[in-house]
Amino acid sequence: MQFAPTDIQAILLSARVGVVATLVALPLGFLAAWLLAFGRFKGKLLLELLFNLPLTLPPVVVGYLLLLLLGSQGALGRLLDLLGIKIIFTWKAAVIASVVVGFPLLVRSIRLAMEGIDLHLVQAARSLGAGPLDIILTVILPLSRRGIMAGSSLFFARSLGEFGATIIIAGNMPGVTQTLPLAIYDYASSPSGEGTALALCAVSILLSLAVLMLHETILQHKKGA
Amino acid sequence: MELQLQAAKQQGNFQLELELKVSGERIGVFGPSGSGKSTLVNLLAGLARPDRGSILLDGKTLFDGTAGVNVAPDQRRIAMVFQQHALFPHLTVRKNLLYGYQRCPATERRIELAEVAEVLEIGDLMGQMPDTLSGGQSQRVALGRAILASPRLLLMDEPLSALDDDLRYRIIPYLKLVSERFKIPFMFISHSLVEMRLMADQVAVLEKGALTAVMTPEELARQRMGQSPAGYINLLELGVPQEKQGLLAYPWAGGELLLSSNAGAERGMFELSSKDIILCKRHPDAISARNLLPCTVRSLFETGSKIGVELDCKGGILVAEIVPDAARELDITPGGIIWAAIKASAFRRL
Repeated sequence: MQFAPTDIQAILLSARVGVVATLVALPLGFLAAWLLAFGRFKGKLLLELLFNLPLTLPPVVVGYLLLLLLGSQGALGRLLDLLGIKIIFTWKAAVIASVVVGFPLLVRSIRLAMEGIDLHLVQAARSLGAGPLDIILTVILPLSRRGIMAGSSLFFARSLGEFGATIIIAGNMPGVTQTLPLAIYDYASSPSGEGTALALCAVSILLSLAVLMLHETILQHKKGA
Repeated sequence: MELQLQAAKQQGNFQLELELKVSGERIGVFGPSGSGKSTLVNLLAGLARPDRGSILLDGKTLFDGTAGVNVAPDQRRIAMVFQQHALFPHLTVRKNLLYGYQRCPATERRIELAEVAEVLEIGDLMGQMPDTLSGGQSQRVALGRAILASPRLLLMDEPLSALDDDLRYRIIPYLKLVSERFKIPFMFISHSLVEMRLMADQVAVLEKGALTAVMTPEELARQRMGQSPAGYINLLELGVPQEKQGLLAYPWAGGELLLSSNAGAERGMFELSSKDIILCKRHPDAISARNLLPCTVRSLFETGSKIGVELDCKGGILVAEIVPDAARELDITPGGIIWAAIKASAFRRL
């Protein structure tokens, strides 16, 4: 069984989208988790709902809303057009779809780790002369490290499987925006593609297993510590 | 250290309305749980904001509701020692110790790591992680970390409550030593009267979110004698003992006290309840209690339904408690001579 060049490209693109999406989402997710874990402000519940919404919304709906926002008629899309940045129907759109859809998983994981931090540690640090940013860097970040790693692996896995939102805002162009799940979808819907679809499924399963194993190892390590 | 605090704070159903003016180097804050001790700590450290009022430490305003001043906790230079140590679990002992030191402006630094490590006997622990330390070691490291920030005030919030009895009284000498050696005034928060007497010169007594009195620990202990099931606790510092007829004879106040041999054959601090002292008008010919001391009555004080009798036994002071009827029968008056009988088993090592 031989993969066509576009199949290899789909696998590589999926990996690339996953990596870039994780890197983009991490700082945002950390900040969001910090706000939810330690922040005391009005509208916190609303923010929490907003962050979690993609978890329950059909990804297709997320994709459609993103299309409305980022499309050439959308508020943000027009601004990006002026700046000469094109996002829709490029691989960058796939990254954005992954970031939005996987965000709740990432935030939840980091937030749980942060909420497990003894508040006395934060108070001790403050009384020892550490300002808020100092505390984030020297106390909160290192103590939520495992949550960050576990959340990132889960996020990466989710990003590898992202389909619904991606197909709407990135399209399904082989060699350009076609990720692994989209390629499988194409093969599965063509009469002669069954074999390749299965082979790509195997690749997908292997990738997901590897990431999940990493995730479990991190969690196990956490329990042991 | 001079503290002027006038603050109100509403927290749920709890209302704190406090006006406190104290000066001294060893201040105690005493009160049952729910009396507002922790709220006071948080207000001082800047971890909670008073609804109104003002806080001045050594003439410097930390908070002033009307002027809109609220110095951030990290700028107050008030270090804390918590009940649960609160050591940073991801840092070595050394890095824990230096956390505040590194954040203290160089011009304000006046305490060095080597000195603190020596006084607290933690020099050998530097490379260890906090989870490998015992409770006593952790508390010493936490204390060292606070001291190394060269704070203007050290807040100790029930620092001994998580330790068992035995360990608790072994930490106290370190607490005292450190504050004396490095001249750091402290505020010691506790619900234990014995700790107050060992640690503080002056005690602010809190009850239901208000200050009821500022007095010496001794006055507080006498006042509380009548209410406490344990009576008044005499704290006795006893020297190195010698064995005597199966008991241990500890030198005390020009004479000696006989204690059961399980008391441990070394010098130390012992407690003796006022309830365990029996007073006799004349020398009894024979008595099972192994200590029979002739004493002069120094004073009498009333608390609750009990009468406290302050005794001078060759320079050593003891407080015994009796009921009013007994006081009448014994005809106790200041200046009179009386015999105090104490069982060898009544003493307890701290």
